[in-house]
Amino acid sequence: MAISFESALGIHEKAFGVRAKRAELIASNLANSDTPNFKARDIDFRAALQDQVNNSGQGNLKMRSTREGHITESSTEHFDQPLLYRVPMQPSIDGNTVDEHVEHAQFMENALAYQSTFTFLNSKFKGLTSAIRGE
Amino acid sequence: MSISAVFDIAGSAMTAQSLRLNTTASNMANAQSAASSVDEVYRARHPVFAAVQQQAMENALGSETSESAGVSVLGIVESDAPLEKRFEPGHPMADDEGYVLYPNVNVVEEMTNMISASRGFQMNVEVMNSAKQMLQRVLTLGQ
Repeated sequence: MAISFESALGIHEKAFGVRAKRAELIASNLANSDTPNFKARDIDFRAALQDQVNNSGQGNLKMRSTREGHITESSTEHFDQPLLYRVPMQPSIDGNTVDEHVEHAQFMENALAYQSTFTFLNSKFKGLTSAIRGE
Repeated sequence: MSISAVFDIAGSAMTAQSLRLNTTASNMANAQSAASSVDEVYRARHPVFAAVQQQAMENALGSETSESAGVSVLGIVESDAPLEKRFEPGHPMADDEGYVLYPNVNVVEEMTNMISASRGFQMNVEVMNSAKQMLQRVLTLGQ
């Protein structure tokens, strides 16, 4: 019997990566809240997570780079899901579509979800540790 | 790691907002600086913000294509608004006709700019704080 981290940790590991990516996106929206013509962007979380799960399910066959300069495979943090544009509630005259309050709420919600994912992951690790110790 | 990019992004925004606060302070301070000729008079200054693609910021370690953007200040422009000409013959800087030129600083506009800049700064500090908490939680993983 082998303990596979892949199956033990489940979806939470992938969700962690997507949440972190989303935090970065929303942070850039908030940073550009005063930049003219900046369009707020976000991802479809469900689709992005599904994408991550599907990609890692295809076995761990990786291309080998035998020479310097070979293009490496994209890391797990990269996702192919297209970035979407947020629909502004109150369009502003300078072409900026960042709504500070919406973005702030989304950022906080994302941070909370990140923490709960973390808690799940942590308890998985705790379970594994106690299984290994056999106490 | 994505979360560390949040620090760069929020940091760039804080730099931009503090520069905006700086120009506002300089405009307010010079709102009543008189001059005798059009060339010498102070004009209101405003920064121009633009988004910087993260990809250009970190000199691309290969495959990671990043879509998030920080803020950069493209430059500072001087306002074209008409200067204020006051008739003050007793003023030491008055020209031959008795007029003194005052800057085209709109104090009300500057006040709103100041509020907006400080709110923007505050918000980015908060973003940075949450990112810090998220990273600190990760460090305790498995404990």
